[in-house]
Amino acid sequence: MASLRDIKGRINSTKKTKQITKAMEMVSAAKLNRAEENARHFVPYSEKIQEVVASIAAGGGDASHPMLEARDVKRTGYLVITSDRGLAGAYNSSVLRKVYQQIRQHHSSAGEYALITMGRVGRDFFRKRNMPVDRDITAISDQPDFADIKDIASETVRLFTDGEIDQLFIYYNHYVSAMTQEVTEKKVLPLTDINVEGKASTSSYEYEPNQEEILEVLLPQYAESIIYGALLDGKASEHAARMTAMKSATDNADDLIGDLSLSYNRARQAAITQEITEIVGGAAALE
Amino acid sequence: MKTLTVSVVTPDGPVLEDAYQMVSCKAESGELGILPGHIPMVAPLTISAVRLKGEGSSERIAVSGGFLEVRPDKVTILAQSAEKPSDIDVDRARKAKERAEQRMAEKQADIDFRRAEHALKRAINRLDVKDNNF
Repeated sequence: MASLRDIKGRINSTKKTKQITKAMEMVSAAKLNRAEENARHFVPYSEKIQEVVASIAAGGGDASHPMLEARDVKRTGYLVITSDRGLAGAYNSSVLRKVYQQIRQHHSSAGEYALITMGRVGRDFFRKRNMPVDRDITAISDQPDFADIKDIASETVRLFTDGEIDQLFIYYNHYVSAMTQEVTEKKVLPLTDINVEGKASTSSYEYEPNQEEILEVLLPQYAESIIYGALLDGKASEHAARMTAMKSATDNADDLIGDLSLSYNRARQAAITQEITEIVGGAAALE
Repeated sequence: MKTLTVSVVTPDGPVLEDAYQMVSCKAESGELGILPGHIPMVAPLTISAVRLKGEGSSERIAVSGGFLEVRPDKVTILAQSAEKPSDIDVDRARKAKERAEQRMAEKQADIDFRRAEHALKRAINRLDVKDNNF
């Protein structure tokens, strides 16, 4: 049996760990609130831009643009959103596992895909496996501005327009609730599945100067907005995942402290009983 | 007098929503003035100032990467960034301007040059809107 001092030491260190995880849990909860708010702020923009794109796509039959057309796939782009730091439960590993499986299934050589990563964990994961990472961005703030990721988003979109990649998938954790996050795969480019929900018929626009030039400006912006939306969603998931992970760490620490206190008390009692027996035995020997 | 509702939204959230009498802005194809009752229209905007004229008041907004959606009673401006004069960080814009000028002077690769040019335009636009000089 471990000595009293050993057990006492373990109880103390577990208590300290618990303090830390508890603090991290609360920090993540606060960040989650902010991230949810950011995601909400983004909704009007994304809805509006989607509405306009849909109505243009539906309104004019002759509107064509390279970004709207599916072409033969020679190279696929994967945009992977992970966090910079760990301690977020399965947040990173589940996304990375999914991407890794997809790549293993569909591609036999590194030339067939391009990886773009957001977040350090994702970048390091692929580098370690000798998979080339084309573009990466790390140290994205917890409350990202659109300006923070504009460069990488527009570069990614440019990869498609320049023909370096022929389709683009985005992988991230979709925020369902504070307890659940879902790994999501979303096809960003080409924009073949713009949903037209009957809105288009009510508004037929005049285009200034013409449809083609508007699509030229609008579609890259639309694709960038999808990427930004996914990032905001991913950030909310990250904080939620970290909060849950830290909560269960705190709970585990509680359990552990309970168990250790029990064995500490047992050991203490055993020590006292032993002392008494020794004294009684000693006294009996003198008589 | 008739008014139209103008809302300016960016990925970082709505910037402004209010009723105005006239919107004037610079589209890719030229200056545009929009009054209530305009036919539905979509037009891309240049990096420029949007002026909103209301009853006795007017508002300027620096936009970049935006476009304009017009309905008879509503104008929506979707922009990658849009700022009211009070939200413009003059120091930052000035620094961005210097940086862009420096980079353009160095004459790097095409893409970098174009990017610097854009950055310069954005910075100048912000400063102009802040100082109200057109």
